[in-house]
Amino acid sequence: MSPRAAARLESLGFEQVYDYVAGKADWGSAGLPLEGTNGRETRAGAHIRSDVPTCRLDERLPIVCERLEQSGWDTCFVVDDRRVVLGRLGRRAIRGREDVSIEEVMTPGPSTIRPSARLRDVLERMRTQKLTNLPVTTSDGRFTGLLTRRDAEEALRRFEG
Amino acid sequence: MPTPADRELVQQLITEGAPLVEVLPRAEYEDEHLPGAISIPLRELDRERVRQLERSRPIIAYCYDYQ
Repeated sequence: MSPRAAARLESLGFEQVYDYVAGKADWGSAGLPLEGTNGRETRAGAHIRSDVPTCRLDERLPIVCERLEQSGWDTCFVVDDRRVVLGRLGRRAIRGREDVSIEEVMTPGPSTIRPSARLRDVLERMRTQKLTNLPVTTSDGRFTGLLTRRDAEEALRRFEG
Repeated sequence: MPTPADRELVQQLITEGAPLVEVLPRAEYEDEHLPGAISIPLRELDRERVRQLERSRPIIAYCYDYQ
């Protein structure tokens, strides 16, 4: 629709017309704010836990496990220098505690959602796929936090009564 | 011919004062829109609706996504 609108603006005499073709879906998925009646509260990005531990590919598992114990989390996301998600450390890997690199034990390419995802849709997916949480990344893959099913359910209960 | 803009360029144009025009139906604009955007649904886009906008300055049109 925006290409047609941009063409129409040109036909109306505008000299420098830009077409943001990726639109508000792209804006929201980058974690940028939107305004309107469908408030931020209805989106996944408003309910994430951002204190989830992260680690690097080349770290050793026992050291990361020690960090996890201190944090109280039982999962950890493997990120690169730009915080792009490369993998996830699951409970089995963490329990094993072998002296190996993270790269050897991580689960690569975990499913992620965008901060702009509608909470109701995410929760439905979590229920259908029996997921207890989902990592949230921006559209360029950067880790922003974790949405837990419990948090999503509580948030939906709050604003849907 | 309109210039395709990615998010970074849009952010730069906004800081330079370019108006943002959401061309989706008004209900979708009210639901959510980019900060500072104005609503001119495509079906209402005519001379009268853009009368107050400067023709010589950059202007950005957007909708939901690539549809």
